[in-house]
Amino acid sequence: MRVVLAEDSVLLREGLIRMLDSSGMAVVAAVADAEGLLRAVEEHEPDLVVTDVRMPPSHTDEGLRAALVLRRRRPGLAILVLSQYVEERYATQLLSTETSGIGYLLKDRVADVAEFLDALRRVAAGGTALDPEVVAQLLIRTRSDPLSLLTPREYEVLALIAEGRSNAGIAETLVVSEGAIGKHINNIFAKLELSGADKDHRRVLAVLRFLRV
Amino acid sequence: MIPIRLSTPWDRIRGHWSAATWLCTVHVVTGAAVAAVAATTIVGLAMLAVLLVWTVVVPLLALPLLVASVPVFTRVQRARFAALMGEDIPRVPTKPVGRYPLTWLLRMARTGSTWRQLLYHLLSPLISAIGLFGVVGVWSGGLVTAGVAGRGWALGLDWMVALFGTIAVFLLVVGPWVARGIAGFDLLAARALLGPSLSDELAIKVETLRESRADVVDAADAERRRIERDLHDGAQQRLVSLAMNLGMARANLADLPEPAREAIVRAHEEAKQALKELRDLVRGLHPAVLNDQGLDAALSGVAARAPIPVRLRVDVPERASPTIEAVAFFVVSEALTNIAKHARATGAEISVRRRADRLHLVVHDDGQGGADPSAGTGLRGLGQRVGSVDGTLRIDSPVGGPTTIEVELPCE
Repeated sequence: MRVVLAEDSVLLREGLIRMLDSSGMAVVAAVADAEGLLRAVEEHEPDLVVTDVRMPPSHTDEGLRAALVLRRRRPGLAILVLSQYVEERYATQLLSTETSGIGYLLKDRVADVAEFLDALRRVAAGGTALDPEVVAQLLIRTRSDPLSLLTPREYEVLALIAEGRSNAGIAETLVVSEGAIGKHINNIFAKLELSGADKDHRRVLAVLRFLRV
Repeated sequence: MIPIRLSTPWDRIRGHWSAATWLCTVHVVTGAAVAAVAATTIVGLAMLAVLLVWTVVVPLLALPLLVASVPVFTRVQRARFAALMGEDIPRVPTKPVGRYPLTWLLRMARTGSTWRQLLYHLLSPLISAIGLFGVVGVWSGGLVTAGVAGRGWALGLDWMVALFGTIAVFLLVVGPWVARGIAGFDLLAARALLGPSLSDELAIKVETLRESRADVVDAADAERRRIERDLHDGAQQRLVSLAMNLGMARANLADLPEPAREAIVRAHEEAKQALKELRDLVRGLHPAVLNDQGLDAALSGVAARAPIPVRLRVDVPERASPTIEAVAFFVVSEALTNIAKHARATGAEISVRRRADRLHLVVHDDGQGGADPSAGTGLRGLGQRVGSVDGTLRIDSPVGGPTTIEVELPCE
């Protein structure tokens, strides 16, 4: 897998390169700002972009804006946004076009190597990886009736779907059987009135409803 | 007045006759001329207005002209004191002037200092007249009697020389004192009537204090942002890197002896905990998202981190200044911290609205109430932070609950 990395802290950039290399991913370019990121993507056409949010020159949200530009220019490109803080607003912006191949995680998550690499692969494969903190922030938004019909357990399941977990992953986290999760998910679909035939599509729709994007 | 500091008798005499003395004399003489013009104009216009009141037009023209002339004469008088006596009469604070001539006039007419200045212009002919007679009388009297004494000396009349000589010396010695005395009295009157009154001075002081306090508040806010940036660029990145390296060690070094593995696992967990604590601390200082995307985005993050369910409504169509946004953010996060610590609430509601130039915040919880600003530092800190930008804070927290905190912040 070919990766372009944008991170302005040298220490972290070197560390991430080492981690990705050792797990069999190829970092084809590592840059320190958003301009460099856009150029490197044009040049290398990677499978995955990993970018920091706060980078030179203004040290605000240029990484996020670069990610939005990339998403517009190359709809299929998988992007993982890393940040010192996760903000619900940024997540909403990232997810506003489509929810596949996108990740938004706290930088802290790189400390848990296996989980982090798992999230990377999930995003690269077209899935999502949302930080639990982002999901928690999205939960507090006042919401319309269909979602308030969900039981707390169903809500929990929906939140984990939004993080990008599979049924097996959700079952493992909640320490229940996969069959039970399937039942919960069917209830969620029913309550959200998502009765289409294409099951993957319903999953995305449920997440979109949940995130209110 | 230029102070006279002398040692020898000759210095004393020379100082007595110094330039300052002559300037005082000139001051008194020119004062009479200025005062005459000023008083004549003012009294003339007033009389014109009164006598021709039936024409309506004349008073309507004369009275505004009268009011308008007062600051002009004041400026001339201030220039006279500055040029001839080296005395600076403090300027009356200029208040925001009305956009139209009429509002300007009304404002002037309503201001106390305008009438005090008018009083000075009416009083100064009197002072100047006394001064003029005194100074000119003493000087010319001295010269005349000196002349008579000289004449007596030429005629050989000793009594004439003695008598008129003594009078001449007396008058010429007294002359400077009279000039200085009159000028000094004039100065006292000008200070009292042309300068700012006590309330004017207080108004100036309040304005300066308000400005300097705003500067201090802004500086503290900028400092918080700087610390946040420094921590973000420095310690936080280093900690992430440390935690990542420990994480890699933990994942890859599976065949280490158990104690070593355990140490790595513990270090890894502690590094992650430190990261989380540092993140919470830094975010409390000044969240970056507040700068980038404003209150709505920053507050939804705070609300999400609260341990109880929080409903948030933000209606701020136009962003406030960074300092006001920072205070609003601090109020909400501090209030939520208090609720989590003391209120035993099951839920809270936050509403932030901007109406014209006020930002209105309400934090409501269904807890046990009894919040007392004098008991803890949390609520007091809240009051101080709100007060620092001239905001108002109202806490309604009966024992048994619920608690409502209302804050209004000015945003010009």
